[in-house]
Amino acid sequence: MSDERLAVAKTYKLYIGGKFPRSESGRSYPVVDHRGAFLANASQASRKDAREAVAAARKAFPGWSAATAYNRGQVLYRVAEMLEGRRDQFIHEVMDAEGVAQRRAQLLVDTAIDRWVWYAGWTDKLATVLGGANPVAGPYFNFSVPEPTGVVAVLAPQVSSLLGLVSVIAPVIAGGNTCVVVAGQNRPLPSVTLSEVLATSDLPGGVLNVLTGRTAELAPWLAAHAEVNALDLCGAPESLRRDLEVTAAGTVKRVLRAPVAEPEWTITPDIRRLRALLELKTVWHPVGT
Amino acid sequence: MSYGRPRVLPVGHFQDVVRDESSLRRFLHALPGVDQVGLEQRAAGLATRSIKKASKMWAIDTAISMIDLTTLEGSDTPGKVRTLAAKARRPDPGYPDVPAVAAVCVYPDMVETAVTQLSGTGIGVASVATAFPSGRSIREVKLADTRFAVEQGASEVDMVIDRGAFLSGRYWQVFEEIQAVKQACGDAHLKVILETGELAGYDAVRRASWLALLAGGDFIKTSTGKVSPAATLPVTQLMLQAVRDWHAATGEHRGVKPAGGIRTTKDAIKYLVTVHEVAGPDWLTPKLFRFGASSLLNDLLMQRRTQLEGHYSGQDYVTVD
Repeated sequence: MSDERLAVAKTYKLYIGGKFPRSESGRSYPVVDHRGAFLANASQASRKDAREAVAAARKAFPGWSAATAYNRGQVLYRVAEMLEGRRDQFIHEVMDAEGVAQRRAQLLVDTAIDRWVWYAGWTDKLATVLGGANPVAGPYFNFSVPEPTGVVAVLAPQVSSLLGLVSVIAPVIAGGNTCVVVAGQNRPLPSVTLSEVLATSDLPGGVLNVLTGRTAELAPWLAAHAEVNALDLCGAPESLRRDLEVTAAGTVKRVLRAPVAEPEWTITPDIRRLRALLELKTVWHPVGT
Repeated sequence: MSYGRPRVLPVGHFQDVVRDESSLRRFLHALPGVDQVGLEQRAAGLATRSIKKASKMWAIDTAISMIDLTTLEGSDTPGKVRTLAAKARRPDPGYPDVPAVAAVCVYPDMVETAVTQLSGTGIGVASVATAFPSGRSIREVKLADTRFAVEQGASEVDMVIDRGAFLSGRYWQVFEEIQAVKQACGDAHLKVILETGELAGYDAVRRASWLALLAGGDFIKTSTGKVSPAATLPVTQLMLQAVRDWHAATGEHRGVKPAGGIRTTKDAIKYLVTVHEVAGPDWLTPKLFRFGASSLLNDLLMQRRTQLEGHYSGQDYVTVD
């Protein structure tokens, strides 16, 4: 008998409503590393998987958006803790996917974890920073509060497989939205590992749903879906961007346009992404005298 | 398929059956036992049919026209019933060609409001009665409950059977009670709720179905919606077998109404397939098959919009009940 141990190949699945289903279509596609060597088969989500994911996100929305900002912060911080526990795995996956050296991969993973903590800290500060009492000329107490937009579909960056992904989804859920993210088409493995982290954290099922597959196949369905309230085109194929915006306008979605090229994700962001997916509600309250 | 099918008896024989307590008991206990594995397998098999495009549109519209739009909450108000009646008349204001639902189902004290709102529309008003949902009261109260609902203008009455009496073997008492309620109904249609979730096993469901049919129920209905499990496909299939066999024996059409737990278009279509395959196409009409549901309607409307508009619809595009 040989001493050599057979490697246990991992099955990569979708993450929908807190569960790990295979694609309804039964399809999968091979994922290769930066040198073209086979890494694993990932589920290739269909439009029906996207529909299920949106339904799960809609179902999770009332609970997540009504959770106190403090509680959301705690839950997100816990996710960061769990990410830290899987640090080594993420470093390897990022090296495989992006072909970066170990030191760079370490930097990317550490920054991703720090980014998550950074957004976790914002949850209970948003209302003060973005809202507040407004001075008005009349006998009214007038104040504004930010409220989450709703279900947000995100097309994750195609280049940065973990840091880019975290940088676009953390602000979505930090603000109280629920999210359906289509992972980068050719580098989906860190996103699946991230969903395993989420499944063992305290994030309620359905708040974040991860689909792997062809961005160009799934994006039009998400852009047209009436249950989706906002669309982040960050990782959309260039040829599709215009059409996706037009489609999204059909159901009056908030659209975050894609950057010309992927930004340098390691730079600490501002709160633009948080603000883009919050709606300001202004209340006029009559006061006596 | 002939297994598990009750013996077909000519009409005359049923008079013998309902002659007295012991003959009724003999008949009910002589009904063939249900093959549980076979029943559940067939139900699962029928649920795998794929219905697409034009057939799906037809199924959605048919299902909408079969809905008994229901509100049975302690918190019901005349305002809520009025809203529901408006929705029953025109389920989707964006698409006037959506058919109206079959009936609105409310508690007896809300019947008057519903009747006022729905007069002249052809939409029925169903009222639950007989100490719904538990059925735990004396017969005078149950009959008074029924008479009140009918006087208020209910065109259909949904009664519950006394499950306690049924389970302890007092079939005759249940039989007489259904007959008495049927009499109190006058011209109103009588639906007999078996509450299958509280009957132990499929054999009891078959007995209760036949008991209700023998006593004169126009419809047999699975559940009140207050007990889990409510309607399931196997149970509905069993009840459809009973009405089919009743028709074969007597030539009379009786209806079936699954109620509770049917929330999605997919579920509704599974039921329609089952109706078609088990009872036959004759039963694919609101006169003989109903869905007791409230949230199902919104899902049907969303699916209908999805079919017409080519993209998935959302909850913001249907009315909130």
